[in-house]
Amino acid sequence: MSLIAARGLSAAFGGRRVLDRVDMDVARGEIVTLVGPNGSGKTTLVRALVGALRPDAGRVDRAPGLRLGYVPQRLALDPAMPLTVDRLMALPRPAPDAGAALARVGMGGAGGRQVADLSGGQLQRVLLARALAGRPDLLVLDEPAQGLDQPGTAAFYRLVEEVRADTGAGVLMVSHDLHVVMAASDRVICLNGHVCCHGTPEVVRNAPEYRALFGLGTGGALALYRHVHDHAHDGDAHDHAHDHHGHDHGHDHGHDHGRGHGDGHGHAPRQRAAGG
Amino acid sequence: MPEFLIRAALAGVGVALAAGPLGALILWRRLVYFGDATAHAALLGVALAVASDLPVVLGAGIVALAVAALAARLTVRGRGMETALGVLAHGALALGLVAVALIPGARVDLSALLFGDILAVTGVDLAVIWGGALAVLALLAWRWNRLVTATLSEDLAAAEGIDPDRERMILTLALALVVAVALKVVGALLITALLIVPAAAARGLSRTPEGMALAAAGVAVAAALGGLALSLSTDAPAGPSVVVAAVVAFALSLVVGGVRQLRP
Repeated sequence: MSLIAARGLSAAFGGRRVLDRVDMDVARGEIVTLVGPNGSGKTTLVRALVGALRPDAGRVDRAPGLRLGYVPQRLALDPAMPLTVDRLMALPRPAPDAGAALARVGMGGAGGRQVADLSGGQLQRVLLARALAGRPDLLVLDEPAQGLDQPGTAAFYRLVEEVRADTGAGVLMVSHDLHVVMAASDRVICLNGHVCCHGTPEVVRNAPEYRALFGLGTGGALALYRHVHDHAHDGDAHDHAHDHHGHDHGHDHGHDHGRGHGDGHGHAPRQRAAGG
Repeated sequence: MPEFLIRAALAGVGVALAAGPLGALILWRRLVYFGDATAHAALLGVALAVASDLPVVLGAGIVALAVAALAARLTVRGRGMETALGVLAHGALALGLVAVALIPGARVDLSALLFGDILAVTGVDLAVIWGGALAVLALLAWRWNRLVTATLSEDLAAAEGIDPDRERMILTLALALVVAVALKVVGALLITALLIVPAAAARGLSRTPEGMALAAAGVAVAAALGGLALSLSTDAPAGPSVVVAAVVAFALSLVVGGVRQLRP
């Protein structure tokens, strides 16, 4: 019995079909990740699943009484709005477990802080705690690692795995960060308007559709992946992107890679991935 | 104290109580142009009401609501709509001015429409103003958590079972109501100022959304009374005087906020 399922879901914006007859589901206790290039409909699919968008065709089935915890990509917090962490936790309704949920994500004692003063990683943790305080059966996270550096991303995904282990909730994540995602997921759904392939990370990694989409190299090599991060901590918020064209990174390597490189400078297997 | 002064003070306080919290929402949602469009539309509503012998408040309210609904449709479509809203805001003002000028017999005091005529508030006006203001306050209090959640993230709100479109409509309705009842007090040109300046002054003094909404109401009430006093002592028009008082409060809030930041 799945927690949530999409059946034949289609959606279009301005004449362009963004989702084309998408079927997918998430079961209790599993971590499912949506990957796909920009504009592939990942966020549209998530919005349809959480009820923020009415699909043009198809339907979303939810388990009866499903409690859904949604972690949005970001908040539209205008600087003109004062907002403490405690107050955010109580929107739209007071949550009895708010204190415990904040402690669970390592933000205990931060309840009095202004949300605007939080770092990107802290805000993601607070938003996760807000979702957890509702004791969800299903957590939906839309690009939770956006704007985090590599160690922050890895730490956040570890936290999601722990939460899944503790609560048995199903988890649906959207991600660009293929490398970490592959390690953290039970199943991966590769989306490009339609579901182009899905299965365990290994199955998807080896699927020709996936390789075509992400420009994976020949001869079994993995990993053209691209991450962009913000060096907010050095006060000079320049973006930079690395293209990786590496070797056959295994499951574990994903974690090591993520932890080992600090802020992401100076990767040893660093090559420009011209032409993939 | 003469009775007309008591009525003026009560009218100012009534409008201020509703304008403060609503102004906070307008700031958070960046709807300043939206507020302008709605307030300016009231002018056209007055002209139409006078021409058809309807109550002025009714005409102002209906046309303000229509333009606010139109503006809401424009803002739903997201970015790049500032141009359209700017055209709407100033177009409504110009159209209203032309319409007022076209009314035969010069039955409309243009200056009172633009800057308010708080000293001429009647008992009936007062009842309408307080009725409208209390309705707006009740509406905002009822929907508050949903409005704040939808302001922070429409998708998050939808995931919590809130319909962001409905909340936007409620905000639009509240704005049209405030515009209709504030017209007599501060005039069409300065309604937006009465909405956003007290809220901006309250920003530096608050830690939560509802704290800011309450502080905005307080600042707006103080500005209404202070502006009225200023108007009486200098013979300046009352509407602009109220806004000047609110701007002084804003400046003071900056000083207070600055001093707070200096202290660890």
